[in-house]
Amino acid sequence: MTFGRRRLLLSGIAMAASLALGASGCGSSGGGSKSDTSGKSASVSDADVQAALNAGGSITVWAWEPTLKQVVPAFESKYPKVKVKLVNAGSSKDQYTALQNAISAGSGIPDVAQIEYFALPQFALGKSLADLTGYGADKLTGTFSPGPWNSVHEGKGIYGLPMDSGPMALFYNKEVFDKYKINVPTTWDEYIQAAEKLHAADPKKYITNDVGDAGFTTSMIWQAGGKPYQVDGTKVAINFGDAGTQKFTTAWQQLISKKLVAPFESWSDAWFKGLGDGTIASLTIGAWMPANLETGVKAGKGKWRVAPMPQWQAGGTATAENGGSSLAVTAASQQKKLAYGFLKFADIDDGVKLRVDGGAFPATTATLQSPDFLGAAPAYFGGQKINEVLAQSAKNVAPGWSYLPFQVYANSTFNDTVGKAYISGTTLQDGLKAWQEGSIKYGQQQGFTIK
Amino acid sequence: MAEAQAVATPQVRRSAGRRSWRGWQFVGPFMAVFTLVFLAPIGYSIYLSLFQTKLIGGTSFVGVDNYRTALSDPQFWSSFGRVALFLAVQVPIMLCIALLVALAIDSGRLYGKAFFRVSVFLPYAVPAVVATLMWGFMYGSQFGLIGDINDAFGLSLPDPLSARLLLASIGNIVTWEFAGYNMLIFYSALKVIPTSLYEAAEIDGAGQLRIVWAIKIPALRGALLIATIFSIIGSFQLFTEPAILKHLALNVITTYYTPNYYAYQLSFSGQQQNYSATVAIVMGVITMVIAYLVQVRGARKAV
Repeated sequence: MTFGRRRLLLSGIAMAASLALGASGCGSSGGGSKSDTSGKSASVSDADVQAALNAGGSITVWAWEPTLKQVVPAFESKYPKVKVKLVNAGSSKDQYTALQNAISAGSGIPDVAQIEYFALPQFALGKSLADLTGYGADKLTGTFSPGPWNSVHEGKGIYGLPMDSGPMALFYNKEVFDKYKINVPTTWDEYIQAAEKLHAADPKKYITNDVGDAGFTTSMIWQAGGKPYQVDGTKVAINFGDAGTQKFTTAWQQLISKKLVAPFESWSDAWFKGLGDGTIASLTIGAWMPANLETGVKAGKGKWRVAPMPQWQAGGTATAENGGSSLAVTAASQQKKLAYGFLKFADIDDGVKLRVDGGAFPATTATLQSPDFLGAAPAYFGGQKINEVLAQSAKNVAPGWSYLPFQVYANSTFNDTVGKAYISGTTLQDGLKAWQEGSIKYGQQQGFTIK
Repeated sequence: MAEAQAVATPQVRRSAGRRSWRGWQFVGPFMAVFTLVFLAPIGYSIYLSLFQTKLIGGTSFVGVDNYRTALSDPQFWSSFGRVALFLAVQVPIMLCIALLVALAIDSGRLYGKAFFRVSVFLPYAVPAVVATLMWGFMYGSQFGLIGDINDAFGLSLPDPLSARLLLASIGNIVTWEFAGYNMLIFYSALKVIPTSLYEAAEIDGAGQLRIVWAIKIPALRGALLIATIFSIIGSFQLFTEPAILKHLALNVITTYYTPNYYAYQLSFSGQQQNYSATVAIVMGVITMVIAYLVQVRGARKAV
């Protein structure tokens, strides 16, 4: 009545158009980042890096790893002219989203970014990271344990220095295990029995939590000997039908179907609370976990212990990596020498000890073998020499695993597909098959050759 | 004739020259801003939607390929179906509640009218993110209000964040947020009805219900129409609520839960900015068409 037809139409158009407008704000074309600052072929010696550090400047570091907070002041006091701005731009996928946005926009890009091993190929392939070969990174073979060192290679380039590693182990709450007379499981069969026994004794307690976590699932398949991803440059094969994958799905499906895993997302408030009050009795997780337990789960002090990862065959020793990060220099950085200097300080030199003291798990072989490191007996773990267990796990990581060159994207759709197994009648194996199909489709769209 | 023509011609020429500039001087500033902040982004989105950027192979012009993909993309249509269902169920409920509240306040029989009006409107002042977080905490069956109620009374209430109930739970949040806003639209439309009509109705012996039915509701037609169109657009744009609840219902809220959330995920997780722009444009066009159809229908009834 009061509104004319035309005016309404216009307001309708306006509103609808702002829908398109909202999405276009983030649509800056992906090609903008391929600037002249690739840093390739330029050979930079250690002396050049040293000179740059002495000359000074400022760099921005994006990382969520808590122990870097101690590394930055130490670095700045060693090189007083260098200012480091440490920014926590979110953990894992949140940071990758922010980083990808900054790179697409071509501004606000940090000089150094923490990037997990699974995500490194995607950023390297997108030419977002500087190749560190020219900075002498190619001479560092042997400095890092082989798993993480292989992970920072992409093609002929080296796109980051390993900061930590995550060989898996079984972290368990001894108090809960003792109370319900549960033996520490050494095989996954025993683990399932333990899960049943615990949940039957107290329906509020669970052996572990799981609501569908791509990193955990792929690591478990890795340990079981599955090799769902075969990557050769831009040729990719994806197959979750192999024997290793099926070993995992058969076992884990039982835990899901019988509702023996707590429905908390990892890193949520409920999760931290559950780790402290015994609701979540164990975690099969990377060796970087102690620092997180000590800072995030104060209530668990003295209760937690570490045991070798349960095995698929009694007497086996195979483990897998779970997470672990590198520090990488961005291709757009104007301070690559300073950035590389920071990488070396944090990942090889003085920074390693500071970070290990803070509870991080190193990737450097020297530290992994040092008696100081192996002999550490933190009170949080009741004086157990946990690093002996964890360092042993680092040696037993099953070889031959690779991640997709678009793993960040693939992981973002994990809960669309495999997640169905946690809320409906879909099985894990069917979920993985759907995930595989989605990943293949994306790979094809992105120009990969899918076998 | 010839004389008259000779006189008239320069006049026409002069006025034509004048006409083309004065108008533009007035609308110029507006047009400049309008072009910059409104037309340019849309144009840029359309431009983007005609290309494809691959991790391997870089950027290439693909014409309408992205549109062809979008129109046959089951994930896009499933997200569209979800918001369409949401629209069909939530919007009528919300508008009915808003209408009832507006009529109640307008009836003048309510004690503490001003307080009631403000408190119903208040949720609209709460940012959607905060509102969703708040409801999210209440919905939690592990550590939230639902969980506490279950523990305290030994119940097992259905989980509002389960696959079956989640859309309804989001509808509840949206209704809570926007019922007050729509109430205000209706209420202000009711306020402009001349009181003489009520007096006349009373003299004719009409009861309150009769007055509502014969005077108030017809007078609200325009307001109802505009509220409906706003709600249609709002439903199609559903984003904040699922994006926030994703953390609580990881497996239920897929990356293609609503069209806007899908566009967001495509762009930010999949780096498919081009396809994301396509999805946004397709959705924008659909919204425009539906809003237009509703408007045409509403206007026809009014005649």
